[in-house]
Amino acid sequence: MAKFQSLDFYDIDSSLSDEDRLIRNTVREFVDNEFMPLVREYYRKGEFPDQLIPRIGELGLLGSNLNGYGCAGLGAIAYGLINQELERGDSGLRSFASVQGSLVMYPIHAFGSEEQKEAWLPRLAAGDAVGCFGLTEPDFGSNPGGMRTRAEKTSDGWLLNGAKMWITNGTLSDIAVVWARTEDGIRGFLVEKGTEGFETKAMHGKLSLRASATSELLFENCLIPESNMLPKTTGLGSALKCLTQARYGIAWGVLGAAMACYDEALNYAKGRVQFSGKPIASHQLVQEKLVYMLNEITKAQLLALQLGKLKDAGKANNAQVSLAKRNNVHIALETARLARQILGANGILDDYQAMRHLCNLETVITYEGTHDIHTLILGSEITGLPAFS
Amino acid sequence: MKIIVCMKQVPVQDSLLKITDDNTWVHEDELNWEINESDNYAMEAALRLKEEHGGEVVLLSMGPDRVKESIKQGLAKGVERALHINNEDFTTRDPFINAKLLAAAIKQESPDLVLTGLQADDTGFGQTGPILAEYLGLPHTSIVMEIEKSNGGIKVKRELEGGWFQSVELPLPALLSIQSGSNQLRYATIKGIMMAKKKEIKSLTLADLGLAEDEVDDSNSSLNFNRIFIPEKTKKAEIFEGDPKEIAAKLADKLKNEAKVF
Ligand SMILES: Cc1cc2nc3c(=O)[nH]c(=O)nc-3n(C[C@H](O)[C@H](O)[C@H](O)COP(=O)(O)OP(=O)(O)OC[C@H]3O[C@@H](n4cnc5c(N)ncnc54)[C@H](O)[C@@H]3O)c2cc1C
Repeated sequence: MAKFQSLDFYDIDSSLSDEDRLIRNTVREFVDNEFMPLVREYYRKGEFPDQLIPRIGELGLLGSNLNGYGCAGLGAIAYGLINQELERGDSGLRSFASVQGSLVMYPIHAFGSEEQKEAWLPRLAAGDAVGCFGLTEPDFGSNPGGMRTRAEKTSDGWLLNGAKMWITNGTLSDIAVVWARTEDGIRGFLVEKGTEGFETKAMHGKLSLRASATSELLFENCLIPESNMLPKTTGLGSALKCLTQARYGIAWGVLGAAMACYDEALNYAKGRVQFSGKPIASHQLVQEKLVYMLNEITKAQLLALQLGKLKDAGKANNAQVSLAKRNNVHIALETARLARQILGANGILDDYQAMRHLCNLETVITYEGTHDIHTLILGSEITGLPAFS
Repeated sequence: MKIIVCMKQVPVQDSLLKITDDNTWVHEDELNWEINESDNYAMEAALRLKEEHGGEVVLLSMGPDRVKESIKQGLAKGVERALHINNEDFTTRDPFINAKLLAAAIKQESPDLVLTGLQADDTGFGQTGPILAEYLGLPHTSIVMEIEKSNGGIKVKRELEGGWFQSVELPLPALLSIQSGSNQLRYATIKGIMMAKKKEIKSLTLADLGLAEDEVDDSNSSLNFNRIFIPEKTKKAEIFEGDPKEIAAKLADKLKNEAKVF
């Protein structure tokens, strides 16, 4: 596989700081050296290469945008670039880090007690512990507000009953951030691995995001200490705040997948010869595909960059994040599809990346709010008329 | 132990090089840059020695403003501080002059050990290290794979050809040119990158080094770049016929008179 060349048609590099570029290059090197040699095997096996977790932690890639507790306190752009580089490897790798950082460490950081933060954040940052985020249920995906999982307050603590599904990192986790209905509305809870009445089950048969652990979480009279509730969670809105963090990371992450596909397709098209000894890149229809990718990736990069600047200034709202998630995942998926076509029959082989990214992006366009749900979020934002139900 | 590592920033490996109109160099403005490979190994060796025996690693780099990014990468990996000979106003590609500049900066620091890479991946001379040792009056050895402290000095393992190694002992201070692949390189961690912001990069001018511009200018160099070109592809094969003796004679004649290899 040729060494990855990133696309930077508008010289976005020149608006990055030296530190941002160094961070990006470090992660790129790490992915090239340590992850790319494994990805095909683990994708085939349908497993996440969990031996890399301590390495990822050591580099400081987990919860890198949080402050204190062993986290680096990076700005939004450096954080975005990390996601981009991880997803250039595979959406499963980026998902691992996104879940750990945005969906486990962020809620503990934002809604947890001091003891919870001290107990978990340094370990999660170092990769000594893994976490997962349980919101989706078998019957409630786009509409998590309807969830059935309940937490009942008893004299001994909280008693959890219910089931979560599609939970990334579930079977790998030492700690689950679980959202459940209480008498006072939806709250977040920390459930530790090994707690009686708590079970995780791997989900099988995925044709997408295969290099990632996806699990069910089952709670049957699972009693957790009173102190395991995240005290500052105040309803579904708290869970949605976590999602806004993760969606921001996805808007950058998918640029990595798209650039990997573009790079692969461009190289292939220049080398593959058909009809009268000419490379397929010399045909107008192939050029049109490559130019579409160039065009859309460049626009998506600018979108992510400006969103990052807004986020650093404390001005990004969740609708702006929705627009970036919606647009960037969509164009990444289109890019992967076109790249796969340019590669012809080779494009369906796992010797190449396009099909793997294409399959992965079908998950990415579904989780963290489907493409259509983001359309509705934006529709509601501009009309003031929610169209969800 | 105080160790100085000389680091050159070179175009990223596999860069597409475009030759300038006067055919004497490549267009630099469209290139991406990185730490020269064997210099990276020199830095790794220095950091390991420091971690084992204590002391300080100082990075020394010459180049225009852009080399600061590579310097920061070194600082992020654990180097204490850096010296930057900013040559924004003059360029030299002559290892003799480069070594003179580096030597002037090193003399001010009196280190115990100076490490360079074996050769720069751009010009590929492999000369700067040995010439620098001469300027500094230090014992020197090259193609170094391993460094160990011995009583009073150091013991190094050198890589020779054909799988042979040589063990050499040197007193300190000394200068070593380090071979690529001698260690597992570390990554710059995110925390290291953030911490590097606070580390010192001291900018050195010619005046700081006590040198005048005409002493370091390319015009003063005994080295001329006449023409830079992409290796020309020529396909030519000749098959000799006859008995082995005749063939050998023909081959020897060609090698001597046409290819001029001896
Ligand atoms: C690999 C993978 C990993 C995941 N990881 C996690 C995780 O770690 N934690 C977690 O909590 N969840 C996770 N999820 C779940 C994910 O967030 C949900 O799948 C997603 O929210 C969609 O829910 P659903 O699958 O139930 O689809 P549904 O909500 O049933 O939607 C099905 C279709 O109907 C459309 N639709 C739904 N409602 C409307 C409407 N009102 N108007 C128009 N169209 C509508 C949707 O857009 C979609 O096209 C993961 C999913 C996958 C595939």
